[in-house]
Amino acid sequence: MDASKKGSSPALPLVVVAGNPNTGKTTLFNKLTGQRLKVGNYPGITIDRHLGKIKLTKSGDIELADVPGAYSLAARSEEEQIALLASCGSGGYPVPDVVLVVVDATQLTRNLYLVVQLLELGRPVVVALNMVDRLHAPEERINAEAMEKALGVPVVPISAKDGQGTDQLLLTIDRVLQDPTSAICESRWKPNETLARDVEAVRLALPEDWHCGDDRRSQAVALWALLSVDDDDELKGIPDNVRECVAARRELAAKESRDIDEEIVRGRFDWIDRVAPTFLQEFKQTKSTRSERLDSLLLNPWTGFPLFLLAMGVLFQSLFSWADPGIGAVETAFGWLGGKVGEWLPEGFFRDLITEGIIAGVGSVVVFLPQILLLFLFVTIMEASGYMARVAFLMDRIMRLMGLNGKAFVPMLSGFACAIPAIMATRTMERRRDRLVTMMVVPLMTCSARLPVYTLIIATLFPANMYFGMPVQGLLMVFMYVFSTVIALAAAAVLSRTLLKGPSVPLLMELPPYRMPDLRTVLRETWEKGRVFLTEAGTVILVCTIGLWLLLSFPKDAELDAPFDERRAVAEQTLTGEAQSETLAVIDQEQAASHLRNSYAGQMGRSVEPALRPLGFDWKIGVGLIGAFAAREVFVSTMGLVYGVGADVDEGSSSLRDRIRNESHKSGEKVYTPLVGMSLMIFFALACQCMATIAVVRRETDSWFWPLFMFGYMTALAWGASFLTYQGGLLLGFE
Amino acid sequence: MTPLPCLPRGRFARLIQVDGDRGFRRRLLEMGLLPGTQVRLLRYSDVHDLVEIVVRGCHLTLRGAEAGQIMVEPEAA
Repeated sequence: MDASKKGSSPALPLVVVAGNPNTGKTTLFNKLTGQRLKVGNYPGITIDRHLGKIKLTKSGDIELADVPGAYSLAARSEEEQIALLASCGSGGYPVPDVVLVVVDATQLTRNLYLVVQLLELGRPVVVALNMVDRLHAPEERINAEAMEKALGVPVVPISAKDGQGTDQLLLTIDRVLQDPTSAICESRWKPNETLARDVEAVRLALPEDWHCGDDRRSQAVALWALLSVDDDDELKGIPDNVRECVAARRELAAKESRDIDEEIVRGRFDWIDRVAPTFLQEFKQTKSTRSERLDSLLLNPWTGFPLFLLAMGVLFQSLFSWADPGIGAVETAFGWLGGKVGEWLPEGFFRDLITEGIIAGVGSVVVFLPQILLLFLFVTIMEASGYMARVAFLMDRIMRLMGLNGKAFVPMLSGFACAIPAIMATRTMERRRDRLVTMMVVPLMTCSARLPVYTLIIATLFPANMYFGMPVQGLLMVFMYVFSTVIALAAAAVLSRTLLKGPSVPLLMELPPYRMPDLRTVLRETWEKGRVFLTEAGTVILVCTIGLWLLLSFPKDAELDAPFDERRAVAEQTLTGEAQSETLAVIDQEQAASHLRNSYAGQMGRSVEPALRPLGFDWKIGVGLIGAFAAREVFVSTMGLVYGVGADVDEGSSSLRDRIRNESHKSGEKVYTPLVGMSLMIFFALACQCMATIAVVRRETDSWFWPLFMFGYMTALAWGASFLTYQGGLLLGFE
Repeated sequence: MTPLPCLPRGRFARLIQVDGDRGFRRRLLEMGLLPGTQVRLLRYSDVHDLVEIVVRGCHLTLRGAEAGQIMVEPEAA
């Protein structure tokens, strides 16, 4: 094999796959590329971009890339703009050799609107007519041959789900790559005379690299600009003279009481309606469809809400109980691995780094994977089946009161498992503002990393007795969940009315027909999202855990160790048997505690103590809070280190609980009272103690402002609320 | 001529005109809601907050306030 041809070879023919949302585009993409599918990102913004390579008989290797699902190429935002850029190959995107457009046969005329726009661009187009097997009634027919004639480009009926027709589709693409002119449409719609003048004016204002001297393409882009450019759009890279020209033409049209938007859209639909009867035999539907019957159950206020709550109950239950065996297995596996490696390696810095830093660090990331995969599995099934849109329909009103989009519900719910996948799940929202509001409040939800902390505090500091026939400890746990949800919703309401204020955007959402999701596509998407979590969040958590371990273990000061070694020598000489080993253990613990006090983390803890005093925390809790910034559950093992009972404790460890209960200030007062515990839990509920979340927000927003803002407001909120809890509690006479 | 949300459930109507914000109007047009097109009102969510309509075989949902800017002429039942 020629080595120079390895890696990215720009010479490969490129086929881009476009289509409306919910047309089975992803399923077809998976079917065509098989195992050779890669998921990447569009540069600068976070929309998943699928890439794949396939081999054709005549054309050899070709590259496949998807275009984000869209109803139209017209755009208001940078995200929507990609559909145009990727379809025609401009703004840094390679020029496609074939545009493959997937259309849903059951909603043909609406799908054809996008097809018409792609035909206008002048690139070779192949139409994949998907779901022909699912037309509403046997009377409804689509004649693919007649459709080919009407559109002037190849049309291949397929069923993406069971792979029917994909061979024919590949043959057609192969043929078109050999003979591109056979797939360029000539008989398309033409703008009327007045509109043609507007198009011409904008066309002349376009920069050279937008049209590459191609007349058809420059006309198509001019039409796009007329529809898309607006005073308040969020498009990127539109030259000022194009903006001015569009504004001038629109103003002129308004004076003549013409409406350019309607003229363009109508021109296209008129053409569709004129040619459609030659290939589409529509059947006037009289009976309600299966989807409509399902909706009358699932969208009905009386039955829809209970069924929805039931579905969410199952999801919730599974996140906590079904994931348990998986979590247990991960913990056991990493514990075993750490133990084995510890046996093999000689004692010293290197062994500690590997076992306590790296293995424990990787373990603390992988332990989240079972829950996250389950969560993504549910979200993907909900999306692929069409139920997600119904959830947005049901929840829209409640969410809107909080200034959130109906689609924010699932990310918020996912936040109960982990904020990282929840933040990635906000990608289903089209508007940046909606995404930002949701991202800013999701980390307030009680994620599973907070549970070990709550469990430790509640079980240690609160009585196990009953109160009004209910267990105090259970009630407190429920309270923490309710508290976090209320604060998150309130924060959303405040943010959306202040910093992220914006005009409420009208909702226009399709309720796609219910479909049985394709198992392989669902599993692949689930795994893909899990992989992103592992690589993105995983590296951050790992680095933080190792950093934390270094802070806790250094500096190692020989002078500080000397008195302990002396005491040890004395104990070994004067004591025997059990008394000796007991004394030695006490000395070991005291030495560890002294180490910690003088470690960098201990010094940091002591330097932040003045800020934590008013909340009822001492410097040792401060060390735990610093540790919790790597990941919240690290608090438990850090406290184990702080109190010299070892790092391998969990929230159920009775030795750690006893140490915490008995810990006193120099004055003899107890450090931990139920009030301190409450203050600490409130702090954990609200503080943004998760580096991985910050890293993911940084990536998703492509800015430093939003992650820093999130960190700032959550920390301020946590400090304030803890302060109120502790000081208010003291005033009211609580302990 | 009545606003779309005033249609009785299940009723067919012809679209007369669409008002409102330009971006929203354009999206409606592009989903096929052009004057003259047949629409059917399928469902209201609680207290008419959302409406679900069928246009060109496609089920769409919009908020009552915005749907109120769409004027229709009911067809004979």
